[in-house]
Order: sequence, then C-alpha cells, then structure tokens
Amino acid sequence: MTAPYLADFTTLSNNGARAEPAWLRETRREGIERFAALGFPTPRNEDWHFTSVARIAESVFSPLRGASDQVAKSALEPFTFGQSAWPAMVFVNGKYDASLSTPSLLAKGIRAVDLSSAMRNEPELIEPWLGKLSPFEDRSFSALNAAFMSDGAVVHIAPDAESPVPLHLIFVSDANAAKGVAHLRNIIIAGRNSKSTVIESYVSLGDSGYFTNAVTEVQVEDGATLTHYKIQRESQRAFHVHTIDTRQGRDSHYVSFSFATGGALSRTNIYTNLAGAGCGATLNGLYMADDEQHVDHQTNIIHSEPNCFSREIYKGILSGSAHGVFNGKVYVHPIAQKTDGKQTNNNLLLSEGARIDTKPQLEIFADDVRCTHGATVGRLDEMALFYMKSRGVSADKATRLLTYAFAADVLETIEVAAVRDELERATLERFTGASVAL
Amino acid sequence: MLEIKDLYARAGDRDILRGISLNVAAGEVHAIMGPNGSGKSTLAQVLAGNPAYEVTGGSATFDGKDLLALPPEERAQAGVFLAFQYPVEIPGVSNAYFMRSAYNSIRAARGLEEVDPIEFLVYMEKKLELVDMDTEMLSRSVNMGFSGGEKKRNEILQMAVLEPRLALLDETDSGLDIDALRIVANGVNALRRPDNATVVVTHYQRLLNYIVPDYVHVLAHGKIVKSGDKDLALELEAKGYDWLVEPQGALA
Repeated sequence: MTAPYLADFTTLSNNGARAEPAWLRETRREGIERFAALGFPTPRNEDWHFTSVARIAESVFSPLRGASDQVAKSALEPFTFGQSAWPAMVFVNGKYDASLSTPSLLAKGIRAVDLSSAMRNEPELIEPWLGKLSPFEDRSFSALNAAFMSDGAVVHIAPDAESPVPLHLIFVSDANAAKGVAHLRNIIIAGRNSKSTVIESYVSLGDSGYFTNAVTEVQVEDGATLTHYKIQRESQRAFHVHTIDTRQGRDSHYVSFSFATGGALSRTNIYTNLAGAGCGATLNGLYMADDEQHVDHQTNIIHSEPNCFSREIYKGILSGSAHGVFNGKVYVHPIAQKTDGKQTNNNLLLSEGARIDTKPQLEIFADDVRCTHGATVGRLDEMALFYMKSRGVSADKATRLLTYAFAADVLETIEVAAVRDELERATLERFTGASVAL
Repeated sequence: MLEIKDLYARAGDRDILRGISLNVAAGEVHAIMGPNGSGKSTLAQVLAGNPAYEVTGGSATFDGKDLLALPPEERAQAGVFLAFQYPVEIPGVSNAYFMRSAYNSIRAARGLEEVDPIEFLVYMEKKLELVDMDTEMLSRSVNMGFSGGEKKRNEILQMAVLEPRLALLDETDSGLDIDALRIVANGVNALRRPDNATVVVTHYQRLLNYIVPDYVHVLAHGKIVKSGDKDLALELEAKGYDWLVEPQGALA
C-alpha cells in the first residue's frame, strides 16, 4: 500500500511554504521514487524473511507534522535517568520541542540543532552527509524516510572535543500520535579524536498506535570514540523501524547498545562500516518481548580495512507468544587482514509459545583473521534452578531471578552508570516485581 | 528425625539406589562412605529433591513428614540443607542477594518477618568469620570465579546462614587442601547442636578426622553393606573398599 504515501508526497511537494534547497528536494524525490519502486518489503526479501510488515503496509499512517505537542517536562521524568543536568533534545510526536530541550547544557565543541531548522537555516550542517552515510536505494523504509524526513537531531562534535555527560535525544509520542507516522532523521558527526556519548530514547506516554520510521546517520572520524545507546520503549501498540548507519575512520571506536522492550513490531538495523585501519566496534544489545510482540534486530559489521576488531553480544528474553529475530552479519573484505571478530547471540524462551529466529552470518574473504560466532536458544539452567530451590527460594522466584541474571550480564556492559542502573532496575522490576539492586 | 526405608531411585533408566534404609536422630553425625558410583551422592541429591532423579520405591520422612512428597524449596524450608559437591555458578545474582532471598524465603515459610539488607549484613558478619570469608565475597555473583575452596566455603556459609536441622554434605572435602578442609570442618562443627543432625557423604576418611561421626555406613551398588562407628572409617582407610564390595554382574 504505497499509494497514500505517494499522494502525501505530492501534497508536500506542492506546498510552497517548504522552501528547501534544490539538493534536498532532489533527495526527497529520489526517496519517493525508490520507495514507489521497492514497495514495502515482503518475507521474500531475505532481510525480512522472519518479519512481516504487513501490519504497517496495510495501515494508513498520516504524517505527524503539526500534531499537537502538549507534553509537560515532568511527564518525561521516567525516561531521563534522573539526570536533569544532561543536555537533551526532545521531539514530541516527531517535532522538535525547544521548550523541553536543553542544548545549552552541551559541552564546548559540541553542537546540536534540530533537523528542520538546519534544513531552513544551515543546510551546510547536513548536506555533506544526509542520505550519504545511510543509502536508501535498496531500503524501502529508509527511502520513505528520505522522502518525508521532517525532524531529528543534527549533532556535530568538534575534533578533540570531550563531553563529560551524554547528549540525550528523546523521541516521545503521546495520544496525539495515534495513526500518525514520524519520519525522523538524525545525523551524528564525531570529529577527530573526540570522545562523546549520544543516547536515543524512543518512548511513549500512553498506549496509542503509531509508526516511528527513523534513520540515524553516524560518522566516527579518525581516533574518535562515540558511545551510542538506543533505548526503545515505544507503546505496546506502536510500530518502530530504525536504521543506524555508521561509518568509522582509522583507530576510531564505536560503542553501541540497543535496548528494546516496546512496540507491537520493532525492527532495529545497526550497520557499521569499519572503514579505517585499526578501528573497532562494540555492538551489544538486549531485547525482551512478551504477549504478541515482535522484536527484530539486524546488525551488519563490515570489516573493510585491516587490524580492526568487532565485539558483539546480543541477548533476548521472549515470553508469551512473542517472536524475536536476530540476524548478525559480519563481512570481512579481502584486504581486511588481522580482523578480530567475536559475535554471540543468546536467547531465553520462557514459554511454549515464544519463538526466536537467530541467524549469525560470517562472510570472510580475507585469510588471516580470527572470527567466531555462536548462537544459543535455551531455557533456564535446571541445575541453577534446583540450586536456588534447595536453599528455600520458591520455584517462581528462582525462575524470575535467573531470568533477570541472564539479562543483567549484558546490561553490565553499559558504561554510563545512570543508564545501566535504570535499565537494570527496569529489567529487575519486569521479572521480579522488586526494584532493589541485586 | 530422618527415617529412610527401603529407598529406590534411578536416573534415566539406570537404577542407582536399591533399597536404602537409614535412621538419623537429632544430635547425630552419620558418615556415608563408599567407592565411586556406589550411589552415595545420589542419596544426598534425592533427599534434597534433585529432579534429575526419580524415586521408584521406599520412603523418607523428616520429622514424620513425607519428605519425598515436598518440592525442593519446601524441604529447605522444613530444615534440610544440601551442601553441593559442585556448587552452581549464577552470573548476575550477587551472593548477598541470593543468601538474603534464601534466608527470607525460609523465614517467611515459618511465619517470621523478612529482614532488610542492612539487618542481613549485620547477621552475615559473624557467619563470614566462621568460614574465614571476606565481606567482598558477598558482592560477587554466586560462585562466579570462586576457587574450588571458596565454593565449598560458600556452601558452608549458606549452611551457617540458613541453620538447617539436617545438613547433607556431599563430598564437601573433595578438591580441598588441608587448610580449606580445616576451615570447612570447623564451620560444620561450630554449627552442630543437640537438635540438628549432619550426614557427611565422602569417599575418603580424611574429613572424618575433623568431623567425627557417630555412625559410619558403607554404600555399595546402591545399598548399605556395612555400618559401624568411626573406627570403620579408619579400617576402610587402611584396607580400601574391596573387602566389602562384591563385584556386580557376571565377571569372568
């Protein structure tokens, strides 16, 4: 069902109020053309084999630009890790809200503006990267995003800049987002030898059904370290598709964590191209789904240059009739000698109805490399359960504790203490109903 | 306190216990000895309720209650404790939280109020001294990265915390050097009271120099083949098991 989007695009193009640079109008036109040609992906598409987007394709989501945005600052408190001193950019129903945002708290050398004002006033902040770090020729949702992208964060970290605190991008949807779609586009450029942390939170107030279609383009220049967390806690009725495309320079380090508990259907693509010698990527994540939720992660680590490393640990906990998907590709280019790659994906199924499709894929074209991968699908360790029960702990509590412990193992890799503590607390509460630290 | 009558148990399709009868009264220490594969560890596991074993006959009562009808957690709540031969590692759950959960579960089952983390820490201090362990061990994940000796001490620490009426020690001496053995044995002895009992499962007599048994039973092929006092253990140490154990099956 591409027709409603094509009609929306015609309306958008005819809207003279949108005075955009010619190159941007051209990008949008290419976007809608590609989307029209590709249509929504079907399970015949290899990358979408286990995830049907029929529910998105068959609904009609109208663009959220201009949706009302009455969200109080206090309503965001559950999502801010208790850190009011962190600089934040808040987007309500797809639109930047300056009154809730605090870019003035950013450290020297770090600049963040909203995409819509960058498009109008400072296109030079986006033109060199937009649509280039994250190509959309073969990707329906990214093409659709290119056609309609309306807002998001543009973050420039100057060379050698260091941020003592993370920049928090909060994308919040409330009841006014119902039946709407936000095409968010973020650009993060981490300059040479800079060191910084950016957190993207996708959250919801209430339980409306809406569609988030986001793209984040990231460049980590030579010698820079970028820590990039994505926390997806959308409403249980929401649809969420997000592609993160990262390009890394020499000796850079990209540290990613994806936490996903929300959405009726969510799909997160994290692609990183290790395009400079001696660089490294750490991609970790935790997904937890219940009831009828569908949660899909695709990661693609492209080793394009020699002497690079990649480390990846993804864990999943599925209960009810939830369906999880993990597809982890590691590609090693013929010249990428001395590549050191390690990937694991461990899944815990807590019910008969829960399901996981996990597919680690190694494609290695260099001969002097060390790459390992492994995937497990299991239930809780019977001996550990018996051990706990033999100490008087009830079967139910032992199950919950061990489930939490399975998740805590990967949450411990989150370096920002406030984020780690909050996600551990939320996970503990999810499985034990308690909120004290273990 | 513990009465076992003609107990049979199997793992999969393999019969391991073949008619064990044993009475343990309050205040007593019993040693169960025997060669590898005799079923002595299985006996301890079956009494604690390990689901890997299926009881196929006989009975075991604890204070008159049908022990075998209870799930493992209710046996623990009733006062049975098994010190594991191979303590299980649980990444992500701290030792302190694990022990407090156990302690509070048992208190709750007895209608007592649960203790908070601070009260529990105070309670733990004396217990830690007993097995010569540092407070730091409490913040580590259960048994993760512990040496063999630390794991066994951690078992005795749990026993000290839970104060069971019946302690089953499954090869607690295996893999211990003499210093660790002494610490473990001293811990067990310090916890002895006239109203509790201890069953020590061991292959070697060594541990029994420190934990002196009132009775020694020799298990072979899933049955008790001889019982005696502590001198029987010394005799076994000198003569081995062969004189008591008849070869099983058709041997050439």
